Amino acid sequence: MAFRNYILVCGGTACESSKAGAIYDALVAECRAQGVSQDVQVVKTGCFGFCEQGPIVKVLPEDSFYVQVKPEDAKEIVSEHIVKGREVRRLLYDKDSSKKHAKVEDIKFYQKQFRIVLRNCGFIDPENIDEYIAREGYVALEKTLFDMTPDDVINELKIAGLRGRGGAGFPTWMKWNFTKQVEADEKYIVCNADEGDPGAYMDRSTLEGDPHSVLEAMTIAGHTVGARQGFIYIRAEYPLAIHRLEVAMKQSREYGLLGKNILGSGFDFDIEIRLGAGAFVCGEETALLASIEGRRGMPVPRPPFPAVRGLWGKPTVINNVETWANIPVIILKGGPWFERIGTPDSHGTKVFALTGKIRNSGLVEVPMGTTLREIIYDVGGGIAHDKEFKAVQTGGPSGGVITKDYLDTPIDFGSLTKLGSMMGSGGMIVMDEDDCIVDVAKFYLNFTVDESCGKCAPCRIGGRSLANILDKITKGNGTLEDLDKMEEIGGAMKKASLCALGQTAPNPILSTVYYFKDEYLAHIVEKRCPAGKCKSLITYSINTEKCIGCTACARKCPVQAITGERRAPHTIDPALCIKCGICLETCKFGAVEVR
Amino acid sequence: MAKMTLEELRKLRDTKKNEIKKRDLSGRDTQIVIGMGTCGIAAGGKIVLDAFLSELELRKIDNVIVTQTGCMGLCYVEPTVEVIAPDMPPVIYGKVDASVVKRIIDEHVVGKQMVSDHVFDRPSADIIKDGGKR
Repeated sequence: MAFRNYILVCGGTACESSKAGAIYDALVAECRAQGVSQDVQVVKTGCFGFCEQGPIVKVLPEDSFYVQVKPEDAKEIVSEHIVKGREVRRLLYDKDSSKKHAKVEDIKFYQKQFRIVLRNCGFIDPENIDEYIAREGYVALEKTLFDMTPDDVINELKIAGLRGRGGAGFPTWMKWNFTKQVEADEKYIVCNADEGDPGAYMDRSTLEGDPHSVLEAMTIAGHTVGARQGFIYIRAEYPLAIHRLEVAMKQSREYGLLGKNILGSGFDFDIEIRLGAGAFVCGEETALLASIEGRRGMPVPRPPFPAVRGLWGKPTVINNVETWANIPVIILKGGPWFERIGTPDSHGTKVFALTGKIRNSGLVEVPMGTTLREIIYDVGGGIAHDKEFKAVQTGGPSGGVITKDYLDTPIDFGSLTKLGSMMGSGGMIVMDEDDCIVDVAKFYLNFTVDESCGKCAPCRIGGRSLANILDKITKGNGTLEDLDKMEEIGGAMKKASLCALGQTAPNPILSTVYYFKDEYLAHIVEKRCPAGKCKSLITYSINTEKCIGCTACARKCPVQAITGERRAPHTIDPALCIKCGICLETCKFGAVEVR
Repeated sequence: MAKMTLEELRKLRDTKKNEIKKRDLSGRDTQIVIGMGTCGIAAGGKIVLDAFLSELELRKIDNVIVTQTGCMGLCYVEPTVEVIAPDMPPVIYGKVDASVVKRIIDEHVVGKQMVSDHVFDRPSADIIKDGGKR
């Protein structure tokens, strides 16, 4: 019996946390109650990427894209859409469209996207290996086990020009080739799933939505370089991704796609999960390997690189989740196919987690060479609440900011580095006019200071000194010499730190000082915060001409700093005011002013 | 499931591929809409819907989307079916049953010829365009 409808429910962490699990259960129960469970297949898939509008439910074959669905809506979706064939208009993303159906292909968010890594996310059930197999899953493994030599595989990656997606952009084929060429009794394959940049969740969604793509790729690498054991190092804060990996590994073992004598080829390979405790520095490969070995996660100088001397001193291939997810497709479609996508020095696509003051926050995958403007305005829908774009932060705590003058920069490994930022692992945080750039720099720096392992002095002491200076500036005690001092300390950290954490920690400061010197000067010279964020530099007051005495602000003020008679202008006592900004949000007459 | 051989994996993939392909809408250029109002269902709309699905599956035709809609207003010739195919005018068929389903697929979808003896008029296009206002 063929199904006549398919209901795809997003099962990513973002949608799960807004009750997608309950929606799935309610849909299954409703289908049974209304007697259509034989006609409909309800599938819990990975992330659709359109997290802003979650939880997402997509119904096929009409391709109806329902957004912000609640468990209570299940009854109507089944009784209207499934039983009567009428779309539930109020839940459609594009409900005002004159078109008969709000098809996914009409949604601007998806138009500029090109999905390789996220090919199966939001389409298959990640907890059912059969659905992965049906989408050409494990064909690449078959090819590498039976039709290709290890050198063929490396050559294919070389033609493809795949570069590491974790941030550094090192050619993947070279890593694999180093490990392959070393003679050793044991070699290892490692997946770096220790995603730590604030606001970044590309790897989590990939593992949640398509875990088998990573397992297949690691097995291919094992066969290519001669390793029999793989490890996935993933942070314990990703329980859903861990669960889906465990389910996937169990199913792969049952099918004989992991374990001894895979598909009768004589090749043995298995994978273990290692949980990280959430230390940012463990995303650095040598620290990560130390953590897998059970030692404290601290980096060691390279060379030797892990490809030659890695886990327990053995040659180890270590790649990031997104890099792994590209591999089966490259083997399947060939290096030349992949090489044609993107720009001359960066091939393929990149997944970004678009967050901050953006209208459509979510997970997007675009070809390399797409401009920042296309990502922010076409895919992301522009700045939320029609505010003015100020800057976009890329590369997380290791990156920098990019201003509106550079929005037409095509994104690839080289171009963002030239602007003083980096592509990084794919976090992209959009800022608007209300964000204070000094405050942003302080946030990132405090993050790296907290996460510094403390092993080397430039990072440990330099980071702390920079944080102190920034704190001074935001409190209105900065001097002009502080700007030079920050550049000097930052330069030293870049040169002398042991690992990328310390080497890149000053980037958010150096790039903001470069692009937003005016704003630093306003803090230092005029003792003023133009965005109204730095609490020591602002005062709240009430414009007596605009205030009508409605008492709304006084009732909301948590410290009773606002006084005044009904229908008479109110006043704020600056000595009591804690500058929380609630009165500003509450006032409907624009009478509260920040200076 | 026990450990698989290469042949078993390939066999499994072929079966599952057909199932999952039904979820993939890319490359589908033909739409068959079945009237499933009360009148349509009473006259056998559900049987017609199932007949379309199983016939398309049997013949491995994968460029067709089968959807359902409410009453098309032609209650006297239910079950009704609208077929929208490339290079063909949209057509509403009436009095459709399992044998007519086979003919629609054979003659209209594959052969690009209307099944003339079951064609019923479409609602006038101009009325629909201006929303029924006069």
